Amino acid sequence: MPSKRKLLQTALIALIYLAVWEAVSLLVGKELLLPSPLSTLSRLVVLLTKGESWLFSGLTLLRIMSGYLLGVVSGVLLAVLTARSRFAEALLAPLRAIVKASPVTSFILLALLWLSSDMVPLFISFLMVVPMVWTATAEAILQTDSRLVEMGRMFGLGRWQIVKKIYVPSVLPQFLAACTTSLGFAWKSGVAAEIIALPQQSIGYMLYQSKLRIETVDLFAWTLMIVALSMLLEWVLIRSMRRIRHDA
Amino acid sequence: MMHDVILVKNLTKSFGGHTVLKNFSAEIPLCGVTVIRGASGAGKTTLFRLLLGLEKPDAGEILGMQGRKPAVVFQEDRLLPWSNALENVALGSDAARADAALSRLGLCDSMCQLPRELSGGMKRRVAIARALAYGGDIMFLDEPFTGLDEENKRIAARAMLDANVPILVITHDDAEADLFGEYCELVID
Repeated sequence: MPSKRKLLQTALIALIYLAVWEAVSLLVGKELLLPSPLSTLSRLVVLLTKGESWLFSGLTLLRIMSGYLLGVVSGVLLAVLTARSRFAEALLAPLRAIVKASPVTSFILLALLWLSSDMVPLFISFLMVVPMVWTATAEAILQTDSRLVEMGRMFGLGRWQIVKKIYVPSVLPQFLAACTTSLGFAWKSGVAAEIIALPQQSIGYMLYQSKLRIETVDLFAWTLMIVALSMLLEWVLIRSMRRIRHDA
Repeated sequence: MMHDVILVKNLTKSFGGHTVLKNFSAEIPLCGVTVIRGASGAGKTTLFRLLLGLEKPDAGEILGMQGRKPAVVFQEDRLLPWSNALENVALGSDAARADAALSRLGLCDSMCQLPRELSGGMKRRVAIARALAYGGDIMFLDEPFTGLDEENKRIAARAMLDANVPILVITHDDAEADLFGEYCELVID
């Protein structure tokens, strides 16, 4: 449990940010350019009372998290493959480099040609996560102390026992760090893909509509919703990871 | 076929152009204690690794190791940093044997500690306990007493002798070799 002091500190920091936002908003003096925190939060409360906001947020979450989970699983499988086989590494390394170096918008536009608008955010989140998890996990596998593996073999451990007792605990810290970092990327790129692909029931669609109708307050409220969801996801992920580390 | 000696015939091993062992031959008795000696870099650890099958010889052969279950104390402790002392020792055996081996070496109170929480000497004793608990039919010890005080060296040597299996030990120290009582000597030069 966070201490009282820590809670007070968090509240104070939030207040400082709100005060700066309010001050700048007053300075600008136009809600169209920069709405005040009060009007944004009021709009957010209105959005939260609407069933469709929850539905759209849930569907956005579903799309992005599906891509994220698929990306984590694929990243691990590719890491195992490329760490074990030099040929596989040589074969797949250019693909990884292309995905890492290409602008996300290029992939979004390409995905629009290949997939339905609902699938584009899923695909883009997947594409952002794969190289990050792949690189970190493959490096961690290669950095596993070969002397420990040798010791395990000498003491009669089979292949799966070596994976479970030596490789998994050795790789876990880097793998979990990659999962946390890539979650933020998956979330941001997934919402960006929604704004371009415009699946009808999505936060991205609502953001686009707000921009189209120049409803800046809505734009801010939906952005706040995205930030809140992202922070919630990260919190859940970090807690799960602490548990996984503890169990391992 | 099980031999009563390990036959090492014309063993040659090089690493990156540097020959560590050249046409080395020996008979290592599979009873009692054999102390392997030699100058630093003479190839003692390489011979160990070849006998254990961890390296392949460039030439020559080894007879008498097939089907054996060696219990090894490596030159380094090689403990799993994420596992406590008991889990490390139980790696190749079970908790009961691990508990007994750790107790024998005076580590009853440290079973739940991680390697980073143990002193150098305690880690060495955990590595020795792991070999004792494993229940091999031959023991390979590469500088097993590094970091141990005299009392713990005596306790560890006694525990190894009580395992009643052939022991091959690398040590530079005559006093450490003497802890095993009578022994054969194999010199690599």
